[in-house]
Amino acid sequence: MSILHLSWKNILNKPLNLVLNLVLFALGVGLISLLLLVNVQLEDKFEKNFAGIDLVIGAKGSPLQLILSSLYHLDAPTGNMPVSEAKAFLNPKHPIFKSAIPLSLGDSHRGYRIVGTNTGFIDLYTAKFADGKLFEENMEVVVGATVAKNLNIKLADEFKSSHGLIEDENLVHEDAAPFKVVGILEKTGSVIDQLIVTKTQSIWAVHDEHSHEAEESADHKHNEAEHNLEHDEAEHSEDLPLSSYEDKSITSLLVKFKGRNIQALNMARNINENTNFQAATPAIEINRLYTLLGVGEEALKAMALLIIFVSGLSIFISLFSSLRERKYELAVMRTLGARPGFLFQLIIFEGIIIAVLGYFCGIALSHGSMVLLADFLEKSYRYDFSAAIFLKEEIYIFGGSLVIGIIAAIIPAFQASKTDIHATLADNKG
Amino acid sequence: MLKSINLSFQYSGSTSIRFPDFTAEQGDQWLILGPSGSGKTTLLHLLGGLLSPTEGNVTLGDFNYATISAAKLDKFRGENIGIVFQKAHAVQSLSVMENLLLTQQLGGKSLDKKKIMDLLERLQIAHKANQKPNRLSAGEQQRVAIARAVVNQPRLILADEPTSALDDKNSTEVQNLLKESAEAVKAILLVVTHDNRLTSAFHKQLLLK
Repeated sequence: MSILHLSWKNILNKPLNLVLNLVLFALGVGLISLLLLVNVQLEDKFEKNFAGIDLVIGAKGSPLQLILSSLYHLDAPTGNMPVSEAKAFLNPKHPIFKSAIPLSLGDSHRGYRIVGTNTGFIDLYTAKFADGKLFEENMEVVVGATVAKNLNIKLADEFKSSHGLIEDENLVHEDAAPFKVVGILEKTGSVIDQLIVTKTQSIWAVHDEHSHEAEESADHKHNEAEHNLEHDEAEHSEDLPLSSYEDKSITSLLVKFKGRNIQALNMARNINENTNFQAATPAIEINRLYTLLGVGEEALKAMALLIIFVSGLSIFISLFSSLRERKYELAVMRTLGARPGFLFQLIIFEGIIIAVLGYFCGIALSHGSMVLLADFLEKSYRYDFSAAIFLKEEIYIFGGSLVIGIIAAIIPAFQASKTDIHATLADNKG
Repeated sequence: MLKSINLSFQYSGSTSIRFPDFTAEQGDQWLILGPSGSGKTTLLHLLGGLLSPTEGNVTLGDFNYATISAAKLDKFRGENIGIVFQKAHAVQSLSVMENLLLTQQLGGKSLDKKKIMDLLERLQIAHKANQKPNRLSAGEQQRVAIARAVVNQPRLILADEPTSALDDKNSTEVQNLLKESAEAVKAILLVVTHDNRLTSAFHKQLLLK
């Protein structure tokens, strides 16, 4: 029978103490591990979705909102940019911009956002096709992997979009032509998995229809539909550059610079000071977001550390009070030949066993909650979260748990090793 | 052979207790009597190596307690001395069998379940082998204590008030079992008590004043 085995038996002999200690320890470890899991994955996703974008240009408003809506597809868009005013940015021969990808946001299909853009958007996330091809004609869409999976979308499926970013049957563009799925993307781990991508002109086509409908009486519906068809056809045949649609609007532009020179760096300030638009730098805004979120995270972390401290204290107290009950049997073990070091190890192992069990309960707790949270987080952050990721920080937590177990046990262990056989056993007379 | 020479012990701030020189041959069974405060338990602890004397020394065989390290003395005690206290104080988290296996292990003996079962059989508690000690009656617990004291076949068995917590029937049984067990392993048996029920059973008696 090893010392470890005897420690284990001793712990099992006090099941209520064991449960209390495990619950506390697991809560502390679980909370810290969960924070890490969410944090690391969030940061990873945020970073992945930078997609090399240097600048986002959009309507004036909150720069953070612009970044969140255009790069992460989280918030509502800030407003519209008339193409007539944004023309300069759309120039393919722009001296500073390597590329400027237009985005038209604001519609969705069953909760998944539809992005009107060009094919550069798909290249941005280096998305590959699982099936089908790029959109060429108006109303053709390419869907991200998660959308296809969750809505069970296949090639050649058709659907009508809804106005706004939430699922609401009353807001479906019933009178517009349906979108047709021509391509399905492979999973990339970035935000495009959660998007439906189409040409900018498709979004305009849907909304033209919509506004006409609002303005004109039902009698003209037939005529108007015909007119629109013609209009669409005209657009296809000519396939004009975006800048020629002077009466239209887009939501924002994702800009990559040719190089990081002074002109490029001044670009954002120039846009903010001299145009009706704003330019936001993703890195700056996301850092600002981390700072904002960081306060809550710090508070949670502090709470988790407090719980771990309390659990260490609880292990200490239960070991210490168990010594009082066990002082005779400890003394008797000494008379049977046990060395003081034997009793020291016995108690230290008890602390370590509780800490290690608590650690594994905590890790199970955090990964278990991650499974439950993943669904919720996927909806609110538009990213897939995984519960099966194990971080190297979790090994550090394991080390920390061992240290706490040892520290909590060291004073009781020392006391046990100092058991005075004679005083203890002579004291128990009659 | 157990021999104590010129033994005395002084508790801090108290007068020292001087013990008469004492010799017991292998197989001897002694009763040590005396009123409370006469130092019976102190003597027993000195003879068991649980306590170091202020003066004098104890030898068991050719082994002198005073001349060896604490670690060696612990090991020697585990191998050669069995002690029965007023209560068993068995390890509560272990079954009777596991307690005796632990005793074998701490005494540096090979683990032998069969030997333990035979012993428990003789002590009439074999059916309690897998019970936790706190499920046993006081008499049964003292039988476990006897089993623990003799399982390593020690040269010396010390018993400190082994029967004073027991009723008459159990007292007689435990006393007999103790004597038989000591005989079976040919150990010296020293029983310290103020329990008069034991006096008639021992021919060799030492009276402390």
